[in-house]
Amino acid sequence: MSKLLTSGKYFHILVPLISVVLGLMVGAIIMLAAGYNPILAYQSIVESVFLQPYYTGETIRAMIPLVLAGLSVAFAFRTGLFNIGVEGQLLAGWFVSVATAIFFGHLPKVVLLPLSILAGGIAGGVWGIIPGFLKARFKVHEVISTIMMNYIALYTTNYLIKHYLYTQGERTPNIPDNASLASPMLANLTQGSRLHWGFIVAIIAGLLMWFILWKTTRGYELRAVGFSPGASRYAGINVERNIVLSMAFSGMFAGLAGTMEGLGTYQYMMINASFIGIGFNGIAVALLGLNTVVGVFLSGALFSALQTGGLTMQSDAGVPVDLINIVIALIIFFVGSSYVIKWVLNRLAKRGEKN
Amino acid sequence: MSLLSILDIIIPSMLLTAAPLIFTALGGVFSERSGVVNIGLEGLMAVGAFTAAISTYYLENMGAGAAAPWLSLLIAAVAGCLFSLIHAVVSISFRADQTVSGVALNFLATGVTVFLVKLLFQGAGQTPYIEHRIDKVDIPGLDQIPVIGPMLFSHVAYTSFIAIAMGFLVWYILFKTPFGLRLRSVGEHPAAADTLGINVTKMRYIGVMLSGAFGGTGGAIYLVTIAGNYNATTISGQGFLALAAMVFGKWNPVGALGAGLFFGFAQSLSITSQQIPILDRLPDVYLLIAPYVLTLLVLAGFVGRAEAPKADGVPYIKGQR
Repeated sequence: MSKLLTSGKYFHILVPLISVVLGLMVGAIIMLAAGYNPILAYQSIVESVFLQPYYTGETIRAMIPLVLAGLSVAFAFRTGLFNIGVEGQLLAGWFVSVATAIFFGHLPKVVLLPLSILAGGIAGGVWGIIPGFLKARFKVHEVISTIMMNYIALYTTNYLIKHYLYTQGERTPNIPDNASLASPMLANLTQGSRLHWGFIVAIIAGLLMWFILWKTTRGYELRAVGFSPGASRYAGINVERNIVLSMAFSGMFAGLAGTMEGLGTYQYMMINASFIGIGFNGIAVALLGLNTVVGVFLSGALFSALQTGGLTMQSDAGVPVDLINIVIALIIFFVGSSYVIKWVLNRLAKRGEKN
Repeated sequence: MSLLSILDIIIPSMLLTAAPLIFTALGGVFSERSGVVNIGLEGLMAVGAFTAAISTYYLENMGAGAAAPWLSLLIAAVAGCLFSLIHAVVSISFRADQTVSGVALNFLATGVTVFLVKLLFQGAGQTPYIEHRIDKVDIPGLDQIPVIGPMLFSHVAYTSFIAIAMGFLVWYILFKTPFGLRLRSVGEHPAAADTLGINVTKMRYIGVMLSGAFGGTGGAIYLVTIAGNYNATTISGQGFLALAAMVFGKWNPVGALGAGLFFGFAQSLSITSQQIPILDRLPDVYLLIAPYVLTLLVLAGFVGRAEAPKADGVPYIKGQR
């Protein structure tokens, strides 16, 4: 048993699993210390997500942008880039998709919907290319530059909404039905949740990422740069071009995440006082998913279930929904500390052999 | 409206907004100079602001009066210091990616503080407003100086001057003391520092904990001078703005001080520009994004190149080249 655990690919999967268990356990300890009932709390999450169609629908709905944000972070990670700028790329994509939908509202749905989605993806891609280019050309570290780009996106989209697409309620007007991803059928199926067709976009994006990274020469180059830029350069790979390309794809996925919120969940874009948080959650999703497509979908499902179920946890068990943020933070800490988890596992495995 | 009266509006407002930024940016300098990237400044500020809000509230209830916010600054520094220990343990001892740890620190900070607010105040989303803030005062004597008196010394909080003094003090510590040399050496070339008998792990722990203390104080100053109470959105972006100030100041304390003042200037201008002729026609978006655009330009080398410490962000593993 211990050999099975410490050798081969199972070991990799073990670290995120242990992290999730540890995160939930520490969360339970915090609840106990604060005088809440952790069993009731977790039970209410599981029951609402699996047994109440409305919350199931909302969980899948929340999963759509979260998975796309996770794919965005994971794609950049594969090329050795840390894209903290998902938040900004998402806002850029959200705004451009909504603006496109409104300006070209007279077009038929077959044209307008793909056009709006494409525009949002491209906007996110452009917002990602800028830090990619700064990194490739001027060696500007992408962590700092993407953070700066986030705030530029936040203030710029707010300004543009306020002055060009403003309507009552601090937001843009609703998009025309021709550009909407919303579906009365899906909503009826889930007792009125906001579930929309965007999940198809997320699945296509996942397949696209898998195909690009693992089935094309370009993807091989992208991953090679991630493993070792020096060796890649020696092998004749244009490292700079791959950095820009990686950020373009990463930004595109992030832009699509925003597009899903604009065309699917909300049907408009609001003026945001601060970030909406999906981008930062995407980092957690990618890390826990080990930067693989399947992993991103699984961890995206976990986090959106926790966040959606967290609302029922608050009403049923009285635990503030903020506990979920604590649990997510703890999970990231544990995944990040995989070195220690692996070390402990190795020690345990060795002890097993001696006996 | 004359230029002088415009400056009389902008400068006190700039000094007020700059103080939290300067403190937090100086914290960032300590951490990154020791070789630990600190994206978690935002979270440290949140913890500081939260601590200041509740400690001022409870101290006031105990009758501390006007001393309450000042005591709270110290308590917030300790809280920030303790909270930053998480970042230190995870990124230095556990060798986690420092950016990952910083991101998690921000999550944890908002989660824990809002959770505690709801726990302490029966489910309320925010703390009660504090009664005693650190108020803007006219400094006796100095405010009588013609021209610069009303500009610099009236309607200001003492914290602004403390922040400015702290910029120079941190510069002295980093560049003129043996401790500063050691701290910088583990951020530039930890292996060489280790060979010379400097305890790399210890120095990095100190760097991170100092960033916690300074970041906590920064958040606390924001609370007791500007916000007045704590909720989930009290600290939204100031920590990242401080991070930008640190980079814009090229990882130098005096630079961070200058950048903090400059970013404070841009922010206060975006708020006060409505009262000022000509500027009221400039869309505030330009002033809002100016700090970030300028930081990008500095990083790209268009406005003098900014170089991070060599070993910034690289975990040190003994015996590994």
